[in-house]
Parts: sequence; structure tokens; C-alpha cells
Amino acid sequence: MKINISHIAKLANLFLLPNEKTKLEMQLEETIDYVNELNQIDTKNIEPTSQVTGLENITRDDLAKPSLSQDDALSNAKSKHNGFFKVNAVFKDYE
Amino acid sequence: MNNLTIKKAKEGLLDNKFSSVDLTRACLLQIKNTEGKLNAFVTVTDDKALEQARKADQQISHEPQATSYKPLLGIPIAIKDNFSTKGIRTTASSKVLDDYIPPFDATVVKKLKDAGAVILGKTNMDAWAHGSSTETSDYGATKNPWNTNYLPGGSSGGSAASVAANQCIAAIGSETAGSIRQPSSWCGVVGLKPTYGRVSRYGVIAMGSSLDSPGPITKTVEDSALILEVLAGKDELDATTSPKEILQYSKNLDKSVKDLKIGISSQYFIKGIDKEVEGSIKAAIKKFESLGAKIEEIKLFEPKYAIDVYTIIQRSEVSSNLARYDGIRYGFDRTKFQEEAKRRIMFGTYALSSGYYDQYYNNAQRVRTVIIKDFEKAFEKVDIIIAPTSPSLALPVGSTKDVSMFGEIADVLVEPSSIAGLCGINIPVGFSKSHLPIGMQIIGPQFSEQLVLSVAHQYELNTQNESWRKREPGL
Repeated sequence: MKINISHIAKLANLFLLPNEKTKLEMQLEETIDYVNELNQIDTKNIEPTSQVTGLENITRDDLAKPSLSQDDALSNAKSKHNGFFKVNAVFKDYE
Repeated sequence: MNNLTIKKAKEGLLDNKFSSVDLTRACLLQIKNTEGKLNAFVTVTDDKALEQARKADQQISHEPQATSYKPLLGIPIAIKDNFSTKGIRTTASSKVLDDYIPPFDATVVKKLKDAGAVILGKTNMDAWAHGSSTETSDYGATKNPWNTNYLPGGSSGGSAASVAANQCIAAIGSETAGSIRQPSSWCGVVGLKPTYGRVSRYGVIAMGSSLDSPGPITKTVEDSALILEVLAGKDELDATTSPKEILQYSKNLDKSVKDLKIGISSQYFIKGIDKEVEGSIKAAIKKFESLGAKIEEIKLFEPKYAIDVYTIIQRSEVSSNLARYDGIRYGFDRTKFQEEAKRRIMFGTYALSSGYYDQYYNNAQRVRTVIIKDFEKAFEKVDIIIAPTSPSLALPVGSTKDVSMFGEIADVLVEPSSIAGLCGINIPVGFSKSHLPIGMQIIGPQFSEQLVLSVAHQYELNTQNESWRKREPGL
């Protein structure tokens, strides 16, 4: 099986050096081979479990409550402007 | 006095034998004297701890009854560095969060503070809790206090080592699959992994959200029960927490194990298991038998498949949880992720990518159902299950280098119960000839913490005079 390591790295938003790509590709294939052992288990007609204690539809009242102040929320930001997070432009050609 | 248990420390504080400041200073001194060898902490908060201790002392002298509604008043505790602590740097042992100072407390931290605990600092861990060695920390490996050429296990290795080395009275860890029980086993301390949803995950730097369970690492089972009383309960900020009643765990530990049905599964004494580990666990089982427990051989689902299920589910959830780290709101950007995090993010991203979701994540969740049903069937026949916590003794420093699934494979015996959301506890049962600790796990059904703790306590009580219990790490 062949993995498109560059594609996965792009999806994962990770920058990988060429030697990292080679190593990770090998290790990823190793891990995939390993976990493919699961195909030995018959899972036909078995429902998947995502919540182990069986809680469902847990809701709370939609009420506004005191929260972090703007200063606190921004306290760890490396780049801010007029009380906002400053980020790179999303649309490059936008005028 | 830094070697005291919570119970003894509380008695000493109430009887005015020493103050919380004395106790806190003793812990800080032990940290200072042993950190060079152990590296159990990422951040030590000396001044803040002493300030909290002074406040605790004032309250104890003005209002001694405060200890009844503040069960940890004046007790110095270490907290794993993946719990958000307001105003105290929280890194999860990753340089991505090297300068992150949370503006809020995790629910666990809030509850500890409300209970009067003194926070000594933040303990080292595998970066992002990815591992079973504490060797993948971006701040250097923690060493095992019993032999500093060996690993403490992980990911809560800093917390376990710190308790074993008496740098603190107790510590908090978190377990996704093994991260409390396995380092507790390798360091010779008591580690409780509560049922999923018994303790709130709010403010814990997330790893595998469908698995993560915070819990105590302590010197005795009684202390473990006491901390669980403080931490357990429904939290509006974590929708997966259970509304089930919180029991008085520490007050109900005296139930005899007579006629208790203990399940033993030969599949948990896997091929390649350390012979001394096997021998010690079998001797502990004999001990229970001599106390009147009934031992029954049961067949459980092969633990090796749990490695596959766990690897897929956990790495998928890791890739999703770590997607938020972009360096915009806090921390640094994604170039600071190290090898292990990248490996897990990449596999998880692959497993969740278009066309593979059903083959990997969804299929693993189906096998998860099989594992849950298998345990349910077992618990129709027996009350609890006993097994080795780790198939090996602590491994030498350097063991994880270039092993791409070290953590997942090392934790084979704790993964099935974690996948099923069960509770379990590691308790020490002795030492190897090489003077390394051996741990045993007691696994119970979901929300059976009271039973698991009382069985563990009975073992502790009935072996309290064994000579190995007097050993101290030679630091």
C-alpha cells in the first residue's frame, strides 16, 4: 500500500522536511500494517461505540454567563491589534 | 515529613505538630535536592505554594473544623502539566506551549483549590501525553527514583516519580490508556484511573477525548479514595461527566474480600511477560485466596487487538485535538511539534481522511463495542479482574528511541479496560531482584470505584508488614 505522505501532511497542516517525510512514510506504513490485524475480527452487525457510558443528548440552558475578559482572552496572543487577535489574511488577493 | 501520606499529614496539621508551611517547605526542599537526578517537574511554584500554605495555616488555626469541608487543606500536591492552571505556565511538556499561561483553571484544579490543596508545581510528562516513558517530553526525560538509569513510565511519569521520591504528598495524573496505572506500576505507587466521565476533563489539554480520565497518584489507597471524593462529579463544562452520585470512597474501604469473586485471565499473562512480574502477581492472587476470595479463571478478548483499537481511536482523536494549535491565540505554531506528536497526528489524519474513516476509525469503534460486551459478560461471573499492570519492569532510559509504537505496545494490559471506560487501580506488590517496583492492577466495571478501592485497600492492609514496604528510593 502506498500513502501520499505530502497530501496527509497538507491535511494535517504540518511542515515536514524531506527526510522526515521518508521516515514518517515508513513508520506510517508499519503502523497501518500492524493495525490491519483488526480485520481478523468479525464486526458485521456490530454498532460502533463512541460514548462509553451511554450518555446521550446532554444539554444545558443557553444562557449568557460571565466569561473571560477580552484582556484575559488576548493575554497569550503574540500578535494583536486594537483588542483583537491579528492573523494573516485568508484571501490573498482581496483588496 | 514530606514522606507522609495525606492522612498522616492531615493528622499532623490538626494536632499542630507542624504547619502547612513546614510541610510545603519540606516538599520544596526535597524537590530542590532531587530534581537534578529526577527532572519530575516542568515548573515549580515555590512562592505561590508557600503563600497558599500560609493561608491554609491561618484557616486551620482560626477554624480547625474547616478541614472537614476542605479535605485537602494545607496538603502539598503536584499536578501534571496538562491541567490548565490559572496564572501558572502549562506546557503539556511541549515547546508549542512553552510560554502559555492559562487564564483559567481546569475543573480538577478548581476542585483541588476549593478543597484547600497547596499546588507545588507542574509535573513532567510525555509531550501531549503521547507515550509511556516520559522520554518524549520536550523538557527532557524524567528518571525513575528507584534507579535513575531507568524510565518512570508515562505519560504521567513526572507525577508518579514525584510521589515515589516524596517530593510531594500526592499528585494528579491523567490516563488515556495506561498513563496513570503504568507509571504508578514502574514507580511503585498507587494510581487510580477512574471510570470515563467520573472526573471532569474540562481544562485538561485533550489527547483522546473519548478516553481521557484524570485521577490521583498517591502513596496509599486511602489517599487515592480521598482525592477521588474531591475530584469526582458532574461538571456542566464537560458534557461527558456522569450525574451518578459521588460516594464517600475513603470511609468505605473496610469491606472484607471474603467470597469476593476475582477473575484471572491467562491472556493477561502474555507471552514475553517478565517472570518476576508474573510471579509477584500470582503470589498476590494467592494472598487474596488466603483472605477468602474466590479465584475464577475467565476468558477475555485478546488484549493484543486492543493495541490496534487504541492506536486508531487515540491517534485519530489526537490529530483532531491538536489541530487547534496554530500559535494565534496562545503558544507557538505547528513547526514546534516534535517527532512523536507528528507521527500520531499523521496517522490520525490518514485514518480520518476521506475514504478511510469507515475502514479505520469506525471499524475500531465497532471492535470497541465487542470489547465492552466482552467485559460485561466477564462481570456477570466475577466482581473484579486482577492482572499485571505492565508486562515488564521499568525499562532503561533510551528504550523508546525510534520505536514507532512504543507507548501503544507497552500499555497492552491497560488498553482494553480504558477502551471500555472501566475504572482500574495500580497498587505495588513488591520488587524485582534488581530493586525495581512491581505493580498489579485491579479492574472493575464502570463506576465501581468503591469496590476497586476497597479491594486494593484490603490488599494493602494485609501486606502492610511485609519488609519490601519499608524500602525508600536511594536518592
